[in-house]
Amino acid sequence: MEAHADLETQIRSWRGYLQRRQAIAPADLDELEDHLRGEIAERLASGLDDDEAFLVAIKRMGNLDAISREFANEHSDRLWKQLVLVPESSARTNGPGRRELAVVLCLAAGAGLAVKAALVIFGGDAVLARNIGLVVFPFIAAYFAWKRRLTIRAVGIVAAAFAVVAVLLNVYPVASGGSTELLAILHAPVALWMLAGAIYAGGRWRSDARRMDFVRFTGELAIYFTLLALGGAVLIGLTAAVLQLVDIDFEPILEDWILPCAMPAALVVAAWLVEAKQNVVENIAPVLTKVFTPLTLVMLLSVLAVLVASGGPGEVDRELLILVNAILVLVLSLLLYAVSAREPLAPPGLFDSLQLLLVLAAVAVDACLLVAMSSRIAEFGTSPNKIAALGLNLLLLIHLLRSAWLGIGFVRGSRVVAEVERWHTRYLPAYGVWAVAVVALFPPVFAFR
Amino acid sequence: MHIDKDLVAAAATPLVLGILADGDLYGYAIIKRVGELSGGDLQWTDGMLYPLLHRLERLGYLSSSWGISEAGRRRKHYAITASGQEALAERQQQWSVVAETLRQAWRSAGQPPATATGWA
Repeated sequence: MEAHADLETQIRSWRGYLQRRQAIAPADLDELEDHLRGEIAERLASGLDDDEAFLVAIKRMGNLDAISREFANEHSDRLWKQLVLVPESSARTNGPGRRELAVVLCLAAGAGLAVKAALVIFGGDAVLARNIGLVVFPFIAAYFAWKRRLTIRAVGIVAAAFAVVAVLLNVYPVASGGSTELLAILHAPVALWMLAGAIYAGGRWRSDARRMDFVRFTGELAIYFTLLALGGAVLIGLTAAVLQLVDIDFEPILEDWILPCAMPAALVVAAWLVEAKQNVVENIAPVLTKVFTPLTLVMLLSVLAVLVASGGPGEVDRELLILVNAILVLVLSLLLYAVSAREPLAPPGLFDSLQLLLVLAAVAVDACLLVAMSSRIAEFGTSPNKIAALGLNLLLLIHLLRSAWLGIGFVRGSRVVAEVERWHTRYLPAYGVWAVAVVALFPPVFAFR
Repeated sequence: MHIDKDLVAAAATPLVLGILADGDLYGYAIIKRVGELSGGDLQWTDGMLYPLLHRLERLGYLSSSWGISEAGRRRKHYAITASGQEALAERQQQWSVVAETLRQAWRSAGQPPATATGWA
């Protein structure tokens, strides 16, 4: 064997090259390699040396592009069925794919049962709402800590940060149903999600590339979770319809068990799905953002028209402000997702101009919103809600303005897309800091109202 | 002699079925057998054999099983099935008709000149 070391290397790299063709399955690779080795052995026997035998065998095997095209013709299904969660060979031999499946299923079941237990212990009130993120978070964190092989020290740091959030959420004597409590409920998941990002990045949360990965992951998680939820809703609907016919009331089981257990479990499973085969969703992300960017632009422009038509920014009503705020957050998520899905080397195109328009429209809407808020604050004084909204909008405005500035530079060709990306990824922790501030500082500042 | 690749492609299925009708073989052995039978005239891109084998297997003409080669590697063996036998019989009839027709046509046309002399 020693004498043929070079030959073995050559065969391995040939196999590695073929392996990247998705139409050629591992079993086919074994078959083709067996053939190649047969040919090589024959040539060696007839007196050729290793290199010559390899070259002849490769030549006789034919053009690899043509072969993989043939394989794709014959196995067109393989181009679709890329998402093999547990590879066939490891399903038989209890390999890593299988172990991961077991870990994920345990964590998913754990998350579901934990939420159910929290529901039983706390009842359905605000204590649960405040802690629901804390209950689900450890399971997702555990999955990534396991997957990224986090060091004990890193786990310790995350656990400490988690404990701080948990204490902050529960130590204050907030008024039940008060706005500081509601704000904490809304902002705690953001802070926890940033923490999840640090684990997702395997502790390398300072890296821009890892942060972008986390943005991608978040977008894809949203898609997968939605898909799972839709599927679940169809199943529940059909089951309920059948049970109704035989006069069984399905609702108690649905509310007490299925929803509290299934939703957190679905979140863990979705995280695993995204992680298991990142490239499937990569293919769809650019398409999705291209579909929704123009649509969102139309939506933003109509929102802007409504804001202006409703008698100037000063007159806008409170409900509308909250809604527009939500829309802006959505726009920013879409923008981030689009940036994360962008081919880094592609030159600026029509879509980039469209995206720039979207950012500019968002800046205009945000400016309207800020004017409206300031005038409300001037008129009615401050409240926790208003300050929280004002802070979020200022954060958004800075984010959007700088994106617009960089976007203009990119479309005009004076900047590269990496600068735009870097701005986004560098800015992201600001939202986490703000969320922590709202959770930690607002209750005491506003006297736990 | 060079044989047109369309003709090779058309002959591939009955050839593989015919070879396997003699006994089970693995891919490389099939290719070697083709070479022996044609005296090396029938040139085949080796890699193209496998998509063909997989198609015939999907159509139910062949069955396959994994074994171990002398060198201790996984090796896939192919065997012809009953419906493969039927398909082979049908192909044989078709090819005899084609061969007979060609023979008749060429006999009535007479032998073409062995070397065409140009206008120089």
